[in-house]
Amino acid sequence: MVRILGFLVGLGFVGVAAWSLLWGVIAVSSDGLPHTVEHEFHQHPRDISFSFDGPLGRFDRQQLQRGFQVYRDVCASCHSLSLVSFRNLHDLGYSEAEVRAIAAQWPIPTPSINPQTGEVATRPSIPADRIPSPHANEVARSLANNPPDLSLITKARHGGPAYIASLLTGYTDAATYRNHDGEALPAENRPGTGLYFNPYFANLNLAMPPPLTADGQVTYADGTAATREQMATDVSAFLHWAAEPNLERRHAAGLWVLGFLLFATVLAYMAYQNVWRSAKRQVRAIGPLDPENMARREEAKSDAGVAG
Amino acid sequence: MSFPWANQYAPTNPFMRWLDERLPLPRLAYNSVGGGYPVPRNLNYFWNFGVLAGLALVIQIVTGIVLAMHYNANADTAFQSVEHIMRDVNQGWFLRYLHANGASFFFIVTYLHIFRGLYYGSYKAPREMVWMLGLVIFLLMMATAFMGYVLPWGQMSFWAAKVITGLFGAIPLIGEPIQTWLLGGYAPDQATLTRFFSLHYLLPFVIAGVIILHIWALHIPGSGNPTGVDVKGPQDTVPFHPYYTAKDGFGAGVAMIGLAILVFFMPNYLGHADNYIPANPLSTPAHIVPDWYFWPFYAILRAFTVDFILEAKLWGVLAMFSSILLLFFLPWLDKSPVRSGNYRPKFRIFFWILVADIFVLGYMGGLPAEEPYVMISQIATMYYFAHFLIILPLLSMVEKTRPLPNSISESVLHGEAAEAAPIGVPAGPAATATA
Repeated sequence: MVRILGFLVGLGFVGVAAWSLLWGVIAVSSDGLPHTVEHEFHQHPRDISFSFDGPLGRFDRQQLQRGFQVYRDVCASCHSLSLVSFRNLHDLGYSEAEVRAIAAQWPIPTPSINPQTGEVATRPSIPADRIPSPHANEVARSLANNPPDLSLITKARHGGPAYIASLLTGYTDAATYRNHDGEALPAENRPGTGLYFNPYFANLNLAMPPPLTADGQVTYADGTAATREQMATDVSAFLHWAAEPNLERRHAAGLWVLGFLLFATVLAYMAYQNVWRSAKRQVRAIGPLDPENMARREEAKSDAGVAG
Repeated sequence: MSFPWANQYAPTNPFMRWLDERLPLPRLAYNSVGGGYPVPRNLNYFWNFGVLAGLALVIQIVTGIVLAMHYNANADTAFQSVEHIMRDVNQGWFLRYLHANGASFFFIVTYLHIFRGLYYGSYKAPREMVWMLGLVIFLLMMATAFMGYVLPWGQMSFWAAKVITGLFGAIPLIGEPIQTWLLGGYAPDQATLTRFFSLHYLLPFVIAGVIILHIWALHIPGSGNPTGVDVKGPQDTVPFHPYYTAKDGFGAGVAMIGLAILVFFMPNYLGHADNYIPANPLSTPAHIVPDWYFWPFYAILRAFTVDFILEAKLWGVLAMFSSILLLFFLPWLDKSPVRSGNYRPKFRIFFWILVADIFVLGYMGGLPAEEPYVMISQIATMYYFAHFLIILPLLSMVEKTRPLPNSISESVLHGEAAEAAPIGVPAGPAATATA
């Protein structure tokens, strides 16, 4: 009964799925496979290697500081970094005094309440403060082109830091751009007003104007030449630190844990082999050594009154 | 119950003797997972995964309880509190990554455990209850994992909650009220988050309870084995402890190495980038996908694209739920008296097609709902249902199985000649050839 019912239910699902498949085949054979402009013009992030890649990867402190400078001088005017506090900047290699100075001199003050009057006020930031947002509130942010918070951006986008770096340097002229097949972007997909063409962006056109416009836009404290490429890579590395501040601790702990587990697993394997070696010897004997036969023999002997 | 030759618990320590007379808890443990449980001696590594699934549940409960101390089930602050755990809680990143990847680990070992059961016929008499209780655990796991995925309140959390509860909305007439009842509103919001948190905390303990029933039911007939031949006598078994505790210890070590690689070196590999974006009801992600362990079922759900008497969406929902529920009937669908796939040459071919089919479904489930992926999902869905509901019942009628070994000890086909040989006689060539 179960099998007959099952058979019918099975035929039902197979039949309806086949019916769906038939319609799919008809649609594809008449219209072809879906072909979107995004399929043809969207590019995957460039292959960029970072110091923190791989299981032994660590942050390059100098690069993080340079990237922080790019964030402060370029990105911070529109993008918040709400999950990062000034105190976290110690991780970048800044001293306590430097962190205090960075906080106090931050162009946007921290919102506060005047303790005398109770009125809304601002005050200079201290290391315990989060990095203040350039927008007064969510509404103001969404009206100002909706720039996303950057605290988790490298983890919130496919491709991670390489995607951010590719995007920052990927702006190009939609009119002259040619994809892998040498095709030009169709006119209706060219960026409209307030949009900029960038093949690394999923929709191809985004509202953020090219932020890194010229070499030397940021003057690096360590004297590194601030090419657009350099700035894009540095700020991506910085943003990856912002998204994953415990990366180095994680990698270091991981190596210890793996070392311990390998050792423990080898011991466990040896214990396993050791335990089972004795089991292989505990095989049941056959013939005269079979315990059942031995018992029967003893019984027969005692019945017959034979000793030994 | 146990085999008559099972070791009896005989405490030598006076305290344990005292305890055993008043509360025989050590005896219970001894008879369940200790020296008092005789287990077939020929189990292979596929029998490790039950214990590994238990280990995964323990990891999830321990990390989960600590995470709950820092997590905030509030739609405005849930996302922030998860980042607070990641940044400011001592070793919080470790707890969260272990919990998130621990869920994947739990599903990996459970899927291997289920495939083991499918191949070796573990669902067949007299172990039908073991199988069905296992499926109950699997369903509870899916519910728990789904609700846990909602808790960080990222974009995928929010939209997964919307899509999955929306499945119930496909039911005619009562669907919409059910969806509203599940969510506590018309869309996922505060009410949804708090109830999901509450249930996400509760269900693992329900799972632990059903696991106890699962093991209890298992101990009535005792564990199966790769030959599928019943245990005939003491020569076929070894005590669970130390033999299988030692083997499981090694298996656990290997599994922990795999989990550690995930947690420490690729913690976000199995996750979705969009869940690092805070939930936004006004912005729908381009592709809404659940976590990887739901992909095969998600592919089945989306394979039904054309109305046929019923709405296409309802067909998808029915098919998705049926794809799991039909497994409850498996013991009666597959009537072949031979349990192990090793002795069923044709079954074995279809089994491996099924494994490949589920991998295809899984892969398609993670891709956007576009052609040609939908057509591939449709073909794979057809095979999935045909396999269980049409092929297996017919196969068990016509298949000519291979001769079974007389007993576990004599199963020379598995290189066990050495075990069956008398003391002092070296193993024959059969052992080395198939070992």
